[in-house]
Amino acid sequence: MASQFFPILVILALALFVGFFVVVLGTIFGPRRPTARKSSPYESGMVPYGPGTRRMSVRYYLVGVLFILFDIEVVFVLPWAVVFRELGMPGLVLMIVFLVVLEVAFVYAWKKGALEWE
Amino acid sequence: MEVSLWIEWVIKSLFIILLLTGGFAYTTLYERRVLARMQVRIGPNRAGPFGLLQPVADGIKLIFKEELIPEKADKLIFILAPVITVIPALIITAVVPWGESVWVFGREIKLYLADLDVGVLYLMAVTSISVYGITLAGWSSNNKYATLGGLRATAQMISYELAMGFAMLGPVLMAGSMRMIDIVNAQRSMWFILPQAIAFLIYLATSLAEINRAPFDMPEAEQELTAGYHTEYSGMKFALFFMAEYIKMIAISMIGSSLFLGGYHWPLPAHWLGGFAGPINLFGKTVIWMFFIIWVRATLPRIRYDKLMQLGWKVLFPLALLNVAVTAAVIVLVGG
Repeated sequence: MASQFFPILVILALALFVGFFVVVLGTIFGPRRPTARKSSPYESGMVPYGPGTRRMSVRYYLVGVLFILFDIEVVFVLPWAVVFRELGMPGLVLMIVFLVVLEVAFVYAWKKGALEWE
Repeated sequence: MEVSLWIEWVIKSLFIILLLTGGFAYTTLYERRVLARMQVRIGPNRAGPFGLLQPVADGIKLIFKEELIPEKADKLIFILAPVITVIPALIITAVVPWGESVWVFGREIKLYLADLDVGVLYLMAVTSISVYGITLAGWSSNNKYATLGGLRATAQMISYELAMGFAMLGPVLMAGSMRMIDIVNAQRSMWFILPQAIAFLIYLATSLAEINRAPFDMPEAEQELTAGYHTEYSGMKFALFFMAEYIKMIAISMIGSSLFLGGYHWPLPAHWLGGFAGPINLFGKTVIWMFFIIWVRATLPRIRYDKLMQLGWKVLFPLALLNVAVTAAVIVLVGG
């Protein structure tokens, strides 16, 4: 039922207000005297060189892709976890087949070295 | 929909948010005092009796600090990122019940804000959103430390989220419901920490990784990345990240207590003191759980990043999956 989520909307609105209120509070009361040194990126006191955002390692993308795959698995298991008592044995077997198929992909990624980090 | 119901929600929401922000202030003090004791120091004790005014002093100092914005930063995202980080932290505890119900001014007040049929799903969804704030903060700062810290935080949080999702499935399987109240009530006779010990341990480890606390605080490893994704943040924007981290610590403790430690039941019967015994139980469990988190920080060294990712993917994730499969099989075969 959608009405269950109305209280969530209320607290969400209040949280939004708190977040922006705190940012505005700091902006109003904080001094603002920027200099060239202050507004350059912090690199432990060295003069910064090169761009701040560089190309990132492909590992991070790989983790992202694997995460999407297995997180969807969690989403599929969740509704089953609520009704698996009523489904009984057939439901259990079906879910285990589903998990095994997905875990074959997991083992494949593991063997291919997708989970190594160097 | 009655107006009085909306007013009740607004009051409850205000209460939760004030409790969490106040709790955040005193969690910082709690952590500093406990850590100090564990390192044979005294800790902050000058501002007010027992240092109780220290959070107030810190807050006032942060309000009057200059806020720096790096010149090449993406200004809009730079300002939005701390807000995006703090909102999930503030709203995540909305589904956690604190007790049964109390009578205030002749009106029965249920001691929870939202009673969602998909409570556990809500928890997972909201934890996922907080990753955005951290990624955007790291990226928009245009700082090498911040970018690396943000990337590391993202990779770590999404990796551990899988195992955490499966660990949360343990109590869902036992209770046969995703409603938090059903899960808590299913633990009247036995806490889920006993039949779900493995899920509990996985939840403990992954929740520490999820809130970037020691020993999984790689994203903010001071020796390598200064402050990680919030290197460039100062003043109240920094305070928002700090707030998000500590509120998430409180939230993780509350959720863990509700999923595995019986929530508002036990040691006091939840209907005692006109229903106020429930919140007291939950509060006590939360404080003990947070003490444990601080204790871990004082004891364990930081894990190397490659080991951390391997622990998440190769140990915790398969273990959590196996736990779900075995739990379901046992319940279906033996009946429970």
